[in-house]
Amino acid sequence: MSDTPLSPVREARAMRRLKRAWDSDFAYSFRRAPVAVISFLVVLTLVLAAVFAPLIAPHDPFDPATLNLMNGFTPPGEANAFTGEFFLMGTDDQGRDVFSTILFGMRISLFVGFAAVLLAMVIGVTLGLVAAYIGGWTETIIMRIADVQLTFPAILVAMLIFGIAKGITPPEYRDQMAIWVLILAIGLSDWVQFARVVRGATLVEKNKEYVQAARMIGRSGPGIMLRHILPNVLNPVLVIATISLALAIIAEATLSFLGVGAPPTKPSLGTLIRIGQEFMFSGEWWILFFPAVTLLALALSINLLGDWLRDALNPRLR
Amino acid sequence: MSSLISVRGLTRIFDVSKPWLNRVLERRPKAYLTAVSDVDFDVEEKTVYALVGESGSGKSTIGKIVVGLLSPSGGSVEIEGIDLSHEPDAAKVDRIRSDVQMIFQDPYASLNPRWRVRDIIVEPVSHRGGDTEGLAEKLLEQVGLSAHDASKFPHEFSGGQRQRICIARALASNPRVIVCDEPTSALDVSVQAQVLNLMSDLREELGLTYLFISHDLTVVQHMADRIGVLYLGRLVEEAPRDRLFTEPKHPYTEMLFDAAPRMDAFGREVNPPQGEIPDAINPPSGCAFHPRCPIATERCARERPEMRTIGDTRVACHLAE
Repeated sequence: MSDTPLSPVREARAMRRLKRAWDSDFAYSFRRAPVAVISFLVVLTLVLAAVFAPLIAPHDPFDPATLNLMNGFTPPGEANAFTGEFFLMGTDDQGRDVFSTILFGMRISLFVGFAAVLLAMVIGVTLGLVAAYIGGWTETIIMRIADVQLTFPAILVAMLIFGIAKGITPPEYRDQMAIWVLILAIGLSDWVQFARVVRGATLVEKNKEYVQAARMIGRSGPGIMLRHILPNVLNPVLVIATISLALAIIAEATLSFLGVGAPPTKPSLGTLIRIGQEFMFSGEWWILFFPAVTLLALALSINLLGDWLRDALNPRLR
Repeated sequence: MSSLISVRGLTRIFDVSKPWLNRVLERRPKAYLTAVSDVDFDVEEKTVYALVGESGSGKSTIGKIVVGLLSPSGGSVEIEGIDLSHEPDAAKVDRIRSDVQMIFQDPYASLNPRWRVRDIIVEPVSHRGGDTEGLAEKLLEQVGLSAHDASKFPHEFSGGQRQRICIARALASNPRVIVCDEPTSALDVSVQAQVLNLMSDLREELGLTYLFISHDLTVVQHMADRIGVLYLGRLVEEAPRDRLFTEPKHPYTEMLFDAAPRMDAFGREVNPPQGEIPDAINPPSGCAFHPRCPIATERCARERPEMRTIGDTRVACHLAE
């Protein structure tokens, strides 16, 4: 069968779907919330800027051959006294363009943030589902481990994992592995929230009759959890994931600021802030200021978006 | 006539104890609830057997044991001569599972809100890797909905339409038995009649056997061929429909009939049942009904009555004749 005669039909169907999406409660409540729209635009701009950093950035801050030490400490918006070169947000001590380092730094921050939340989500959702569905001792053990982990500050857990990982990786791989270790450390310190929320939602869902119907048909436990319960507990997970993303980005910045995160050769926003604060009191404020403002804008917008999402997905607040 | 479902000495006990630590601290023993106690009955092929009783009488528990959602604590349920909970042959268990389907009480909870109607209906077949081409559409038309409804989601339907979808799902695997757990109690009266008529029509068309669980005597009178009355997990009386409605032998059955509101006796004084259904964790001694029974004797408090056959009625009462 040829697809060609179908394509106008398909196009119409796609248009209808778009129209329906635009008319949905969800899109309507989005359009009516200026804070959400602005936050979304900020996040979108920053994410796009990070993704297309190699195309946008005027300099490659990671290529030492393009750096000129004479450009060091150029203030923003002024031409350099020696070379006459111009930098939008100034340069740091080694003559690296701050604007470019922020773009590339944001890449690392966002990548670590997304990957860490994904890891936390996979671990948390799986354990929460299994705990609630199976119950009994399995549930007790998983949830008590979660409770114990909650009594430690997340950043401490992350530092502990980071320290252990650093101890067991050979020195020559440390810089390469640093990002993956960060992801692991933040992900493992953040799964508890997901597990708790999913467990709560699963306890409600698993007693509904559609789950009994699936059991009666003879579906296995994992099949029911994956195909029936999981789609019905994902709303709160989405909200937590958004807010966790902001927290993970901040956690990464904190770890990098403390010097245990991304190495200076591949700086994240946190590393840039750490480098910047060394010059804060000697008058070169821009090296700290611009990365810090970027981090603030990113985390704040994601948080506000998460807040709106929580309200929009909560049927009781409509 | 052959009996398709045969229930013998069925007992189900639930552990309703508090958590271990609370029991130790409060020095309480474990608590057990006997939801179903020593129930015997047979369901003939192509008939409707109704189980009636108040809430907490164990009727839903029996339904769940029959479809295999719960396992019995004692006794057995044989379907086509196969005991689901003791059959070692997985292939036979699987065949019985597709031969026995269930329609649930709450049509708003029994359909997965994230699934399309098509996927919901064919799940009993697709899960076993069977051929589902056009099946959902055929079944939807069979239950009086449109084939176009297959690609919709459950929230687009009313309660009665949802119950039709549940019926379509129950029919998907070509079952012989359908357990109906209060299939109409969540529906409006006008819709109830439609759904019940649909079920009757399908039964005649497809030669189905229903185990019909309800607390609604009018619905049972409309549907059932044979009726079993449950009280506190025990079968107290069982008779063909007309016999039960004209000559109830057990005082509990009489009380149920007296309590039911009737259209033909509008404005009459309703005789409310005396007392409340007792605690199933500590059931009364002897006949479970004796604290509420108007004709109870000293023997009733002492001795649990055996099932006796009187004519075509089976009744568990010392005084019935």
